[in-house]
Amino acid sequence: MQSLTGTLMQPLSESLSIAAPELVLALGAMTLLMIGVFRGTRSFVGLSWGAVVIYVIAGLSLLGDASSAFAFGGLYVADDYSAFLKVLIFVAAAACTVTAIPYLRRARSDKFEYPVIIMLAALGMSMMVSAADFLALYVGLELQSLAAYVLAAFHRNEARSSEAGLKYFVLGALASGILLYGISLVYGFTGTTSFTILAPLMSAEPSIGLIFGLVFIFAGLAFKISAVPFHMWTPDVYQGAPTPVSMFFASAPKAAAMGLLVRVAMEAFGGLADQWHQIIAFAAVASMILGAVGAIGQSSIKRLLAYSSINNIGFALIGLAASTPEGVSAVLFYMAVYLAMTIGSFLVVLSLRDTAGRPIDDIAGLAGLSRTRPGLAAALAIFMFSLAGIPPLLGFFPKFSVFLAAVEAEMYVLAVIGVVTSVVGAYYYLRVVKLAYFDEPTGEILPQESNVNGTVLAVAAIFCSPIGLLLIGPIGRAADQAALAMLSF
Amino acid sequence: MEFPILSVMILLPLAAGALLLLLPGDEAGKASTARWIALGTTLVELILGIVLWLGFDTGSSAFQYRETVPLFEPFFSWELGIDGISLVLIALSVFLMPICILASWESVKVRVPEYMAAFLLMEALMIGVFAATELFLFYVMFEGGLIPMYLIIGIWGGQNRIYASYKFFLYTLLGSVLMLLAMMYMVSVAGTADIPTLMSYDFAESAQVWLWLAFFASFAVKMPMWPVHTWLPDAHVQAPTAGSVILAGVLLKMGGYGFIRFSLPMFPDASVDLMWLIFGLSMVAVVYTSLVALAQADMKKLIAYSSVAHMAFVTVGLFGFNQQALEGSIVVMLSHGLVSGALFLCVGVVYDRLHTREIAAYGGVANVMPRYAIFFMLFAMASVGLPGTSGFVGEFLVMLGAFQASTWAVFIVCTGIILAAAYMLFLYRRVAFGTITNPAVEAMRDLTAREYACLVPMAVVVLWMGVAPNIFIDPVRAPVADIVARLDAAGAPQQQVELVAAPGTTAETVPGASR
Repeated sequence: MQSLTGTLMQPLSESLSIAAPELVLALGAMTLLMIGVFRGTRSFVGLSWGAVVIYVIAGLSLLGDASSAFAFGGLYVADDYSAFLKVLIFVAAAACTVTAIPYLRRARSDKFEYPVIIMLAALGMSMMVSAADFLALYVGLELQSLAAYVLAAFHRNEARSSEAGLKYFVLGALASGILLYGISLVYGFTGTTSFTILAPLMSAEPSIGLIFGLVFIFAGLAFKISAVPFHMWTPDVYQGAPTPVSMFFASAPKAAAMGLLVRVAMEAFGGLADQWHQIIAFAAVASMILGAVGAIGQSSIKRLLAYSSINNIGFALIGLAASTPEGVSAVLFYMAVYLAMTIGSFLVVLSLRDTAGRPIDDIAGLAGLSRTRPGLAAALAIFMFSLAGIPPLLGFFPKFSVFLAAVEAEMYVLAVIGVVTSVVGAYYYLRVVKLAYFDEPTGEILPQESNVNGTVLAVAAIFCSPIGLLLIGPIGRAADQAALAMLSF
Repeated sequence: MEFPILSVMILLPLAAGALLLLLPGDEAGKASTARWIALGTTLVELILGIVLWLGFDTGSSAFQYRETVPLFEPFFSWELGIDGISLVLIALSVFLMPICILASWESVKVRVPEYMAAFLLMEALMIGVFAATELFLFYVMFEGGLIPMYLIIGIWGGQNRIYASYKFFLYTLLGSVLMLLAMMYMVSVAGTADIPTLMSYDFAESAQVWLWLAFFASFAVKMPMWPVHTWLPDAHVQAPTAGSVILAGVLLKMGGYGFIRFSLPMFPDASVDLMWLIFGLSMVAVVYTSLVALAQADMKKLIAYSSVAHMAFVTVGLFGFNQQALEGSIVVMLSHGLVSGALFLCVGVVYDRLHTREIAAYGGVANVMPRYAIFFMLFAMASVGLPGTSGFVGEFLVMLGAFQASTWAVFIVCTGIILAAAYMLFLYRRVAFGTITNPAVEAMRDLTAREYACLVPMAVVVLWMGVAPNIFIDPVRAPVADIVARLDAAGAPQQQVELVAAPGTTAETVPGASR
């Protein structure tokens, strides 16, 4: 790995080649935007598929040199850790782009901006996970957030969508402010914003100001991953936003923000693990409990999935609370499987339309799904049992690896609370299965309208089914390698 | 490379189950094909089970038929192997499965392919539980069984099936997740997830108690022991007949198997220290659940409560810490698997005709169904523990062994046998004897060929086990001896049963004494 000081003299071309994925996305987004502007709404489908091609190119540009490299004077780092997360982000963004086509068309929101904004968000997320400096972090985060605010209000004629956008914006801006304040405190007390320079400064007795900065930064980031107590926006935004947008919010940005939080905690503040450990442990416990209990009374599927995502973030945070390489690897593995489960569950929601073609959001609409749409019901059951963490479905293994990390770090109380809340959580996942399988159908459900959605759904379901177990070895090893790459600073 | 018979036994039903879900054709055609495929698969499994037994070296306590494929590294690996205890329980599973399929031949009418697929999945997971020699593989199989059973109860169950399915799922899940944490701790301390290695690993005594309690939480619920048994009557009553047979026949044995495979050999010190807890709970269970059984108006519920009482015999035997008691426990498990399964089948037979499980709706059944009454009588007597049936052998050995550990416990548990006679005979009198009061009973046909096919093999094995139990005890003798040696080393009360063979007592009926 090259040294940080060496990067200051680095020619721009070298920096650009290290940051190739972001370059591809930035140029791609601009190109798509130009095409859209000149060709208008009728280019929506073409642009969406064009976006997928760009994600593939950006993904391919991750291949090649595997070792860690800094760019732009140490603001940006490309290593196995960021590469792992970028793959997740690109896959999720591509899936969210193409599966949204039928929904947006029906809602007459098929505007060409949709794939472009998603791509800008993906660019922001890509920057976030590669940030090696608080300023790069903030820029990436803001790019992602601004794109997300627009997406939340994408149904601009609908009051609920606009409300979701506004709510998300106000609370998100507050969180960004808190984060920025934290960064400024850290800068004020240490004189740097670079993670690599900060890290060695953390071993000494920390000053109160630094601790304050740390707490503010963690609070700001907790908002982005919607960890309790900064979760309040999640159910409202997920419910109000168009379903494909909710699917996007629940997937890629969660992985990116989680990756960012882990990097900040382990890399920049690794020496202060004793200080932030309590914050993370509390957020984990509170998220698991609130996510599990809050979901029980929900009648909207999207709200239910929102609570489910809060619950899942709580479990993933256990891995970070362990603050070991195994823990970090467990978080990465968790996010990879979580994305598949979440995208799959939302795709099932996207496929639910009553005979008039209206989307179904009431959970009672799932009744008897196994009679009317057996394939869809089977996929839903796989996702629900997987989210509940029942072996031999894939969803068990990320939980397994975070708990294993916690037990190895001797955090038994956290682990016990975790497994008990997973049983509480199982209750509401079971309720969904019960509706789909045990109850009699109450109405017709229209067949899948798009082969693309059907295919993505089938792939996600097979991945989460026991067949996916054949992949846990490679994914687990990739996560281990990514965690070690990040921690080798 | 040897023929991987255990893997085949696990994967064959899985493949057949997947095939059933993909069957083409119309509803009726699919149902009929699904039935035959399921029956064929389970019969092949039975044959494989027999091959397994014939090739097994009964004299050794080592794990046999070992297979290791590092398929799911770094999470867990596919490691299989069986010792005598696993062997007899696998044999029980593969024996009961074809009977379950036959029992649901006509009574299940909706979604037949899915039903049969769920049963085949159950079979694969049950064999997996008994054959896994890797801690986390065991857990995956152990927990995986929840999903098909949840669906079986919830989709094909009775009136109150949804409540029962939730209760079954959440109760057992809560027990198991604590066990999962204990397993993680064990692996992080011992550095291996290999069960045979862990069986001889000495954990620190202070840790043992916690680990033991965590495993206890899981196995006590599965077993089920009083006071966490309340899911069982609900699940039993609401499940379809074949579901009840599998629940009582095999799933409950997972608890006992867990105690004997994990709690006793891995945490011998804690087992010795906490013997009082098991004895106390078992004593309460025997008396309380027997009395509750006496008061039931629903046939399935009565048998369900009797199951809890019988399982208490198993736990008393397991914690008697000597050869006779442990062997007795395993025989009680096998015998209960057969007998309670058969009793549920008997209930199923009359339920299919009258569509009620109310005892009061019957009466005088022996007049119209004499052949059925004979089978029902045999199984009721086996449940009571009449000499000559399998029930006697196990209960006698348990009490013989446990008497050395605690005379009081055996005294109390003994009353369970008397109470069992009371509730079973009372049940039998009300159902089979007396005059026919319900006109619908008049029209009931006697057993059909299919029902004979279910009940005759059960009856044969129950009598076989009652008359010549050694065939069933031989495989478990060596592994049990190892466990007892480990428990003795941990300071279990030394008791050598000096049973002088009295005239007329043969080694057949008192196997432990012949050693």
